[in-house]
Amino acid sequence: MSETGRNPIDFPMALLAELTHRCPLQCPYCSNPVELEQAGRELDTGTWLRVIEEAAELGALQIHFSGGEPTVRKDLEEMVARARDVGLYSNLITAGVLLDEDRVGRLVDSGLDHVQLSFQDSEATGAERIGGYPDAQKKKLRFAGWVRAAGLPLTLNLVVHRQNLDHLPQLIELAVELGAQRAEIAHVQYYGWAFRNRAALMPTREQLERATATVEEARERLKGRLVLDYVVPDYYARRPKSCMGGWGRRFLNVSPAGKVLPCHAAETITGLRFDSVTERSLADIWQHSEAFEIYRGTDWMPEPCRSCERREIDWGGCRCQAFAITGEAGATDPACALSPFHDQLVALAEADSGADCRDFVYRRFANVVRRNTPMPAK
Amino acid sequence: MAGRITISEESVPRLPPGVKLRHDKARDQWLVQAPERVFVPDPIALEVIRRCNGEASVGAIVDDLAKTFQAPREVILGDVTEMLQDLADKAVMTA
Ligand code: SF4
Ligand code: SF4
Repeated sequence: MSETGRNPIDFPMALLAELTHRCPLQCPYCSNPVELEQAGRELDTGTWLRVIEEAAELGALQIHFSGGEPTVRKDLEEMVARARDVGLYSNLITAGVLLDEDRVGRLVDSGLDHVQLSFQDSEATGAERIGGYPDAQKKKLRFAGWVRAAGLPLTLNLVVHRQNLDHLPQLIELAVELGAQRAEIAHVQYYGWAFRNRAALMPTREQLERATATVEEARERLKGRLVLDYVVPDYYARRPKSCMGGWGRRFLNVSPAGKVLPCHAAETITGLRFDSVTERSLADIWQHSEAFEIYRGTDWMPEPCRSCERREIDWGGCRCQAFAITGEAGATDPACALSPFHDQLVALAEADSGADCRDFVYRRFANVVRRNTPMPAK
Repeated sequence: MAGRITISEESVPRLPPGVKLRHDKARDQWLVQAPERVFVPDPIALEVIRRCNGEASVGAIVDDLAKTFQAPREVILGDVTEMLQDLADKAVMTA
């Protein structure tokens, strides 16, 4: 069997529905844009239901309900039910602190297929300092129990960085104890809130090497019990990751206010104009929106990507990271050793990883800034 | 805590909760949907997965396949067991 992502497909695979930017937690690496959308600008239920139908018609197979914290929306059950009715596989990405057992039951009854629960650390003190939310750990553990009792498959989302990476073995153990089928271990990337907090978050090379060894050992030991998804962060790599399987090739992301983005972080690229589901159909946007067309495929690529044999493997890497580091979203991802900015990225990662900084700029409305200022190009 | 699932001739395989076999109209193909991943089964895998209904044992599935495709049972048993074990290790099959 092959995973479809390897073949070019003209239909999107999944819709990421960012229902809201409201969230009780304040993770300093949150992938939401640094300009958070206020509750008053969120799409109403009817519009979301239409978007869900349009996504299925367009050929999407999955819907990820995310945010912010998607469960702050009281109409989540209605949306999950509509996703079921139109045949979309539904996944809830949650911090798990706002639901009670009844609500878990209602979501299951509405047809929810899968839950992804985030943990900020393996023990309460660290977790609650990172997430900026007291009592989070206890609530998450209880929530995980309800999910499993309801028979739903569970994935743990583990965002790792310098301040929790040494607990990776315990985090994996937690996934096993909670009966999760999968754990997704993700390193913070250089954009959005994480970019502002990079001096407090960047792991050291030794931490990374240990983490990779931990994952390899656990994969072998837990074979058939826990699937571990892990991607080595690309700022210490030679070649970038294929971000989102290529710009505008597999994913549609709808923001709380209805803007359609090729990737959840795309709004960090200032100067791109995004179309809204309140003005155009999803299909029209997928096929013709300027923000999708601009970096789709390989035509936009500069050298060294343009003539590189990997151009249809990694699609030139991450546009958001390219923008954050070079100020130019259409540049080769500086994670690639062939980028003229690569040395600068590595130097930055090394300097940040050694920074004597533990304090975070928390993700909260009070810390919102107007725009994410790119690094000045050298 | 669940241990690793080992597939044998006596196992009764089925798709675990959260994993679905469905026909995709837009692409006109069968898909196995699992959390965060989508598999396209080849025609043989599709025949096997369709029979994993939580009632038939691996042995019974193999008998049926041997009859339908007029192929030697021993070969099919080996292939099917290996395939189901691989799927179980990827958490898209249980027994
Ligand atoms: S990363 Fe943290 S702050 Fe951001 S939406 Fe998720 S739980 Fe909330
Ligand atoms: S030059 Fe471009 S296409 Fe080639 S490996 Fe680097 S980022 Fe990928």
